[in-house]
Amino acid sequence: MSRERPHRDGGPAGADGAGPVTADSRPRPRGWSGNLRDYALEVRGSVRDGERGPLLVIAGLIVIWIVFQALDDKFLSPRNLSNLSVEIVGTGLVAVGIVFVLLIREIDLSVGSVSGLAGAAFAVLNVNQGVPEWLAVIVAVAVGMAVGAFHGFFFAWLGVPAFVVTLAGLLIWNGLTLYLLGASGTINIDEEGLVASLTSRHFGDDLAAYAVAALGTAGYFLAAHRKRSRHRAAGMPYRQTPEIWVRTGVLAAVSFTAAYTLNRFQGLPFALLIFLTVLVVSDYVLRRTRYGRRVYALGGGVEAARRAGIGVERVRVAMFMVSGTLAAFGGLFVASGLTSASPTTARAAGSGMLLINAIAAAVIGGTSLFGGRGSPWSVLLGVLVIQSIASGMGLLGVEDAVQFMITGGVLLAAVAADALTRRTEARRGRP
Amino acid sequence: MVAHPPVLALRGISKRFGGVQALVDVDLQVRAGEVVALAGDNGAGKSTLVKAISGVSPADRGIIEWEGRLVQIKRPHDAHALGIATVYQDLAMCDNLDVVGNLFLGREIDRVGVLDEVEMERRARDLMRALSISIPDVRIPVAALSAGQRQAVAISRSLMGAPKVLLLDEPTAALGVEQTSHLLDLIEEVRDHGMAIILISHNMGDIKAVADRVAVLRLGRNNGLFDVSTVTQEQIISAVTGAADNAVAHRVKGDEEAWP
Ligand SMILES: Nc1ncnc2c1ncn2[C@@H]1O[C@H](COP(=O)(O)OP(=O)(O)O)[C@@H](O)[C@H]1O
Ligand SMILES: [Mg+2]
Repeated sequence: MSRERPHRDGGPAGADGAGPVTADSRPRPRGWSGNLRDYALEVRGSVRDGERGPLLVIAGLIVIWIVFQALDDKFLSPRNLSNLSVEIVGTGLVAVGIVFVLLIREIDLSVGSVSGLAGAAFAVLNVNQGVPEWLAVIVAVAVGMAVGAFHGFFFAWLGVPAFVVTLAGLLIWNGLTLYLLGASGTINIDEEGLVASLTSRHFGDDLAAYAVAALGTAGYFLAAHRKRSRHRAAGMPYRQTPEIWVRTGVLAAVSFTAAYTLNRFQGLPFALLIFLTVLVVSDYVLRRTRYGRRVYALGGGVEAARRAGIGVERVRVAMFMVSGTLAAFGGLFVASGLTSASPTTARAAGSGMLLINAIAAAVIGGTSLFGGRGSPWSVLLGVLVIQSIASGMGLLGVEDAVQFMITGGVLLAAVAADALTRRTEARRGRP
Repeated sequence: MVAHPPVLALRGISKRFGGVQALVDVDLQVRAGEVVALAGDNGAGKSTLVKAISGVSPADRGIIEWEGRLVQIKRPHDAHALGIATVYQDLAMCDNLDVVGNLFLGREIDRVGVLDEVEMERRARDLMRALSISIPDVRIPVAALSAGQRQAVAISRSLMGAPKVLLLDEPTAALGVEQTSHLLDLIEEVRDHGMAIILISHNMGDIKAVADRVAVLRLGRNNGLFDVSTVTQEQIISAVTGAADNAVAHRVKGDEEAWP
């Protein structure tokens, strides 16, 4: 939750010094006219705390991309990157649900099975029972929500440890999925339908991708600028204009490059747009609303939250409902990618690959297993790492057995890094 | 003065944890503008009593009167609503949240659910300044603060809603000499503004310095109520240790070193 701000030295009152500048008591640099070296120090200061983790992951991602590109020059092709941006969405949505649960220091092991259940429920309802597609989608997502409420009830009100409840859930919902599909076997979903279009539809017009990039950049800039003005008006420390410009510039460079790349294939994928929307909304709820504050509070100290009058049980149930809902939503993307729901994929969902990928994505991106630290945006980075490895190994034709070992190893490394971070922070007096 | 009913009166409070009878028929009263010290050995039930009043862990039996009228305190929310603020022995803070987040936890300033961080930060700074609490920044996680700073933040949080009754559970335990005297000054100041304070302390010096009366708990029962201006340290200590079974003994025994 700590906001990374380089300036801790009071309000604008401190800015009028004109005397000799020393490292510790220098006046606030004003725009680019300030000493550039000072500014570099400021940036480094702001990077040091909250952003070191993400920067490391970005570095790791770049290394992964370079290595796979060296091994197979199709890896960084617009086609492969565009496919990657669609493939991350199923796992990514599930992982966002996991983030909500991890933030309150719990775990949901059932998400893989729940996503399989949602895909099967949709296929059975729509294809076998003739229920309209939109209604089948709503029911499938509602099933995920109900399953989450069920887990939450056992955990929050009956006090069964969450990992046991959701471990039982993993088996129960996988069993239910196989049962649902048992009568019909593999169900192929309508390739022209709504669910299929979740992963197949692209906005072919170049403008779409650029518009999203521009909107995201402008939105970031305006939010940062508004925050700065409000802090300044209130006489409180605020982020410097050049720093805002640099951040905006980096964001613009990344998002416009991504848009350009996507446009060189089929344009902005519908799936990616949905994923980004979910990230923006969930980040806003967690970071900016009263409700989100409660979620973080639970992760930082359940007893403290309870004594502050927070309805701990309700928040807990709600988090499992979010996790179930997003797992189901993610499951529809998985079914969409396969354009089918089948016992084979259901068994695969129950085997935990999706679960492990989702947890790994959340943790790699910097969401802590120890609660109270992390954000939905961490998933974007994490799932890119996970899915890049999977995609690269797929291109190289690496067999499943090896992929399992590597994915497991990556998860272990991410969790170990999380534990180490926690230890060093504890030593420095940070959570 | 005499006509005022106590702002908070407890009668016959009992609480059991499984096999442990933590409180038995405890009575306690506190008036506006009064500091009542609550003394007792470790495990006497002081923190349990605090949690019963603050709604964290309601009593099994007993009556709570607020300004002369019967009230129910079943949840922390009920206590907040009445105007009871508490600084718990363990401080009850969320380590991952920053100082602002902890100060406003459970009563955030918002507009239709969206946090007003700027206003909260501004008030937090004002509060820190008004109480002359020095912390590095209101935006660092409380886990990064020293024990004394955390204590100070917890106390300022309790004062934020302008409560009528303040419960302080061993607030000086983690403080140095200077911080303790700062806190005692603060207690006197809010007392002079008409707040009623229940101060749990092991320290006879603190009790003598700010309390008007001392209530002693022993093994979950009332074991004496003294006027600080007339009681001797030894009398309090013998009530605490059980050398005296009520507030009548005058044995001169034990000294401050006997206190943990
Ligand atoms: N949550 C609890 N569960 C079980 N026993 C408890 C609990 N809280 C307190 N007790 C017991 O109640 C008694 C009083 O404890 P406490 O109120 O913390 O004492 P004090 O604060 O006076 O040192 C002790 O015997 C303690 O072990
Ligand atoms: Mg205690």
